[in-house]
Amino acid sequence: MGDYIAIVILVGLAAVICGAMVSLSFVLGPKNTTPYKQSPYECGVQPLGDARERFPIKFYLVAMLFILFDIEVVFLWSWLTVFKNADLAYQTFSFGAVMVYMVLWIIGDAYVIRVNAIDWDETTSLHPAKLGEPDPAALPVTARDLELVGGAR
Amino acid sequence: MTTFTVLAIVAVLAALGVVLFSSPVRSAICLVVNFFVLAFVYFILNAELLGITQIIVYTGAIMVLFLFVIMLLNLGGPQAWKERREFRTVLGFGFGAALAGVIASQLITHFREHSRPFADDGYGSPQAIGRVLFTQYVWPFEVASVLLLVGIVGSILLAKRKL
Repeated sequence: MGDYIAIVILVGLAAVICGAMVSLSFVLGPKNTTPYKQSPYECGVQPLGDARERFPIKFYLVAMLFILFDIEVVFLWSWLTVFKNADLAYQTFSFGAVMVYMVLWIIGDAYVIRVNAIDWDETTSLHPAKLGEPDPAALPVTARDLELVGGAR
Repeated sequence: MTTFTVLAIVAVLAALGVVLFSSPVRSAICLVVNFFVLAFVYFILNAELLGITQIIVYTGAIMVLFLFVIMLLNLGGPQAWKERREFRTVLGFGFGAALAGVIASQLITHFREHSRPFADDGYGSPQAIGRVLFTQYVWPFEVASVLLLVGIVGSILLAKRKL
């Protein structure tokens, strides 16, 4: 347990510094606010619509793949800590086991890349006509569709 | 024991916040606090790898997923989720108390027998777990990688419109 005192000090120091930066700038900083300064983006586009919107599922897919690969790395971490100072029998056996694991990992990785799972899939948000595909409803691109993808302003 | 008491109080308060806040995002933030405190509890019980994994996987990754689900479902403003008081609420409390009673009845006798409710030093360290995970428990370890592969393929098949 005593081995972790350094991490606790690091976390505590980081918390103090972050807290000081936020609270001191809040306390000491001048506060002459204007409606323009209060807007969500002081420079940039005007906010459009509500913040509570439905997000496309492609965000969720990226998060899901992140979790799965994250868990795969967690398994490797306990191996790294013990491998270097272990005896030869452990090293050879566990190396084989981890190689089998890594092959399955690479298969998953290759599959993700092959089906373009982490590419930005515009088919979920763009109008079919914009992708050069036949429109299922055979309708021209309406103003509302353009508004949905942020095209018309 | 005092460290545990403080951590337990914070964990219980955060868990209550998850249930009692009407805004889903506030509940999610309370869940982050709960996960973090739980990780510290694992640490003082000498289950260090479990504590680190709790922080990396739960507070890091699972919470991102929860926040995405909140955004995906578009729950609307907090005022949209004022639950009506009805018999289901009472029934829910009843079932919750019953479940807590069943779990407590199984656990309390075991806790009474042990005067020292934490593992030996280094028992749950990454080194100790790495030693047994890749020798004695190598088969579950490999099966876990197959499970993760199935998870990757399954999530892509479900979420991707065109492959």
